Amino acid sequence: MIRTEEMLLNVGPQHPSTHGVFRIVLKIDGETIIEATPVIGYLHRGTEKLAENLQYTQIIPYTDRMDYLAAMTNNYVICHAVETMMNLEIPERAEFLRVIVMELGRIASHLVWFGTYLLDIGAMSPFLYAFREREAIINMLNEICGARLTFNYMRVGGVKWDAPEGWIEKVRDFIPYMREELAGYHDLVTGNEIFLNRVKGIGYYSKEEALNFSLSGANLRCTGTQWDLRKDEPYSIYSRFDFDVPVFHTGDAWARYQCRMQEIEESLKILEQAVEQFPEEGPVMAKVPRIIKPPKGEAFVRIESPRGEIGCYIASEGKKEPYRLKFRRPSFYNLQILPKLLVGENISNLITILGGIDIVLGEVDG
Amino acid sequence: MTKERDDQNPTNDGLSIEEQKKKAAAEAKAKALELAKQRKAEKEAANPEPASEPELTKEELKKKAAAEAKAKALELAKQRKAEKEAANSEPASEPELTKEELKKKAAAEAKAKALELAKQRMAEKEAANSEPASEPELTKEELKKKAAAEAKAKALELAKQRMAEKEADAASTPDSSLEETDDLAKQKALAAAKAKAAAAAKAKAAAAAKAKMLRDAGESDTTETAEAGEDEKAKAAAKAKAAAAAKAKAAAAAKAKALRDAGGGEAAETAGAGDDEKAKAIAAAKAKAAAAAKARAAANAKNAAEEPAEPEKPSPNQPFLDTYVKVIKEQLGPHVLEDAYINKLSKDVPTLVAKPESYYKIADLLKHNEALHFDYLSEMHGTDFETHFEVYNHFYSYENRQSVALKVKIDRNSATTHSITPLWEGANWPERETYDLLGIIFEGHPNLTRIMMPDDWVGHPLRKDYEPHDVEV
Repeated sequence: MIRTEEMLLNVGPQHPSTHGVFRIVLKIDGETIIEATPVIGYLHRGTEKLAENLQYTQIIPYTDRMDYLAAMTNNYVICHAVETMMNLEIPERAEFLRVIVMELGRIASHLVWFGTYLLDIGAMSPFLYAFREREAIINMLNEICGARLTFNYMRVGGVKWDAPEGWIEKVRDFIPYMREELAGYHDLVTGNEIFLNRVKGIGYYSKEEALNFSLSGANLRCTGTQWDLRKDEPYSIYSRFDFDVPVFHTGDAWARYQCRMQEIEESLKILEQAVEQFPEEGPVMAKVPRIIKPPKGEAFVRIESPRGEIGCYIASEGKKEPYRLKFRRPSFYNLQILPKLLVGENISNLITILGGIDIVLGEVDG
Repeated sequence: MTKERDDQNPTNDGLSIEEQKKKAAAEAKAKALELAKQRKAEKEAANPEPASEPELTKEELKKKAAAEAKAKALELAKQRKAEKEAANSEPASEPELTKEELKKKAAAEAKAKALELAKQRMAEKEAANSEPASEPELTKEELKKKAAAEAKAKALELAKQRMAEKEADAASTPDSSLEETDDLAKQKALAAAKAKAAAAAKAKAAAAAKAKMLRDAGESDTTETAEAGEDEKAKAAAKAKAAAAAKAKAAAAAKAKALRDAGGGEAAETAGAGDDEKAKAIAAAKAKAAAAAKARAAANAKNAAEEPAEPEKPSPNQPFLDTYVKVIKEQLGPHVLEDAYINKLSKDVPTLVAKPESYYKIADLLKHNEALHFDYLSEMHGTDFETHFEVYNHFYSYENRQSVALKVKIDRNSATTHSITPLWEGANWPERETYDLLGIIFEGHPNLTRIMMPDDWVGHPLRKDYEPHDVEV
């Protein structure tokens, strides 16, 4: 008879597996978690407070620093909110560029997730491959906007820079390359017995729970909910592209893995079509006033980021600064379910479950 | 400065040997710079295309403007005068200098030297690339100087051509609001100035001023007087345009002043330029008036077309809103809602404003009523509107594929409302965040503690009257 006793275990905030500064206080009995209390806010920079004294264009760089793995979608959400309020029409070429960079960003983000997730649960080499491909994307994004992560690329009314010469061709060449590499990932990881044992049936929740906890993105689609804002509330020019929304039904870490891996494929599909239809020429900025002043009122828009539903609420007084700016940050909402998932789990599954949610702490803490 | 050094040189006007050395060095540098400038000016005179620099500080720009003034002047007299001015301005900045000032100066000079190199490189590039790079925003003052220096070098024809283009632009966007026109015009004026079409800017400014003058004096063009009732409108538009060209105008004024200062020797030339300007201005004013008339006509047509059409276009979400309101009123009585409307700015989302006491009841109904069934909380936050707090929720129904926004206004003095976490678990952290940052208390919340700020933080940062109390800040 083994005698066990309750023990308090602190994980983080500087634990590498938490992907940032996330702390979780665990109450464990032997190796079983009986209570988990997440502690967040270590990276809170008060973006929303700062934004109240900034002009709309000045806020865009701050959004880069929320979800720094997919800053393009963050850029887009605030531009989209302002454009919605001002009822602006965006030049076609700009919309294409936006879609291309956002989808490249989505792939890059999923690659980071894939690599680090596997690293977390003990597989070293997938990380190296994933980051090699991600580097190719980062280089392309760097070429178009001059930054590797904090892009500050989009503007209200369009994008800051047109694609340099030959850039679209580079994206075109990247698509088959990435497809090939993706097949390699599946060979390397997807059928791996050890990996499957680590993820199958782990971190399960039902569809109802997922909805109740306001989960979004792959975390929601892994429970059989067909929901992707690109498809269901189309924004930008997504309605022009033919792509599927991968949905899985098992609601566990394995389903979330499959979901994200297929999303890479779907993004490649979108990229392929976008590159094909890319307009030969045209402006990349709409005619917008130099000082952007959305009309008095409020607006809330939401779009699909790699992590789920990212939203932006603006209350405007008709001035050049927002009266109130609020971001609906998917990682923040998605992380809420963690304490519930951990109770009763073996401590070794903590990282599998946390990693499966795919959080970015910059976004959790705002 | 160390104490020791102070002791060594207590009487030397507060300057140590080292400082004196530095001062001497700085002066030497200044002289070298002066020479470099002259050489530069000669070079620039040969090359009429001035270089455009990215990211210049004000100081650098001043220096540049001075240098260019020399180069750009077509007459020797002017050049002499400009040199005199430059010479006068140079020593003025060298009274007793503290150590820090010297340092700054040295740094500035170093920058200036670097700038010289950069300029040369840029000039080479410019020669190859006829399309001028657009510069970062320049302040009014900088623009003035630059424009004044460059104005003379510009061809009259180019200016006219640009004016025509601008007017065509203005005419092609007649439906933009007055403010937008203002901003666009400003942008255009800026862009023109930046692209070294300072002459164009000048002409425009003159035109604007002239147009305004004409109108003020009642000597309106025939196109303007056509409709007496609309005259005011045209005037307002013209005035806005004139205001938009303020920067360019300022540049022109600066130039005029410089000419005046130059004295009688140049009087004849000034008069000639003035005539040219007048002619230009008249042409431009006419074009402008025509454009304004066009814009006015277009706006009128648009108004006429829109006014009857407006009420005929209800939002596609109006039936949904009606349903929600109907269900809520049937179930909870007629007085639970403060307001219900379609928020046109926010993708036509049906928006309900609950009375504070019935907020939870309505939320409950929205979730559990079979006809509504909003099973997903998409967003939840609060806002401080100074007169009151407001909590904003965005719900979504995956069954009906419909959104609704539910708002509730909360008294600022007793900021309390009911938590909806028992209905949607997803409201848990957002409510904590709202409590943390705004201080709204959610009754019935399982664990209402701070989430972003540390537990011992004083105050709620997102309140508009927030004062930081942190001793470390």
